Amino acid sequence: MKTPISSMLLVICASVIGSFAAVFLKMGAAKLHDGIHNLISFKLALGCGLFLASSIPFLIAIKHGELSVLYPMVSFSYVLTLFWSKLFFNEPITSGKVGAIGVILCGLVCIGLGAQ
Amino acid sequence: MHHSKKPIYMVICCTLFASIAQILLKIGMLNPLPAVDAAHLSTLGDLIFALSRNLPLIVGFAFHGCNALLLILALKDGELSILWPIYALSYVWVALLSMHFFGDRMNVWKGAGIALIIVGVSLLGRASKRVEVLP
Repeated sequence: MKTPISSMLLVICASVIGSFAAVFLKMGAAKLHDGIHNLISFKLALGCGLFLASSIPFLIAIKHGELSVLYPMVSFSYVLTLFWSKLFFNEPITSGKVGAIGVILCGLVCIGLGAQ
Repeated sequence: MHHSKKPIYMVICCTLFASIAQILLKIGMLNPLPAVDAAHLSTLGDLIFALSRNLPLIVGFAFHGCNALLLILALKDGELSILWPIYALSYVWVALLSMHFFGDRMNVWKGAGIALIIVGVSLLGRASKRVEVLP
C-alpha cells in the first residue's frame, strides 16, 4: 500500500489539533492543585474534546496509508508543542530543545522520503 | 528523585498499549464504512451506527485510553528524560506490527526516520528537565 500525500497532510492536521489539546489539558491540569473538583472544567473538557477531534483526520488518514509511515508523523506535534509552550506558558526555548526538534524534523523528512 | 523501576515498566507497558491501539484502529478503518452525504443527515446516523458496531475501533480507543491513564501515572513518579525515550519505542513496535499485519515494507529511509525521531525525542526529554505531559 502506498501512502498518499493527502494522508500525510491529514496526520499533520491531526497533530496540530492534538498539540492544542495538550495546551488546554495543561491549563486545566494546573487548576487541579486548587482542588480535585476542578477535574470538571471547561479547559479539561476542551482538551479532551480536541484530542477526540484530532483522531478523526488521523483515522481517515490511516485508512489509505501505511501505518509505519503515518504513525511516526504524529511526532510533528512535539515540534508545535515547543512553540505553544513558549507562547502560552512562557517555557524557555533552549538550544537543546531546538536541536532535538531539528533531529525529529529530519526523521519526519526521512520517513516522508521512505513512503514513496 | 525516584529510583524505582516501576515507572519504566509502566511506560514499556504503555508502548505496547499504544501500538496495539494503532493496529486495532487501522483494522477497524479497513472495514467498509457507509459514505456520508451532507444533504441527507440520516447518512450521518448510519455512519455513527456503523462506528458503534466496529469492535476493533472501539477496543483500539479503549487501549488508547488505558495508555493515556498509565502514562500519566508513570510520568507522575518518573523522570521525563528517561521515560520519554522509552515511550518512543512505540514507533518501533508499530513499524514491526504493520509489517506483520498489513505487509508494510521497511526501507532505509523509514528505518533512519524512526531512529532519528527516537534520538530527537531522547534529546528533547534531556533538554526538558521539568516533568511535562506531552500528547
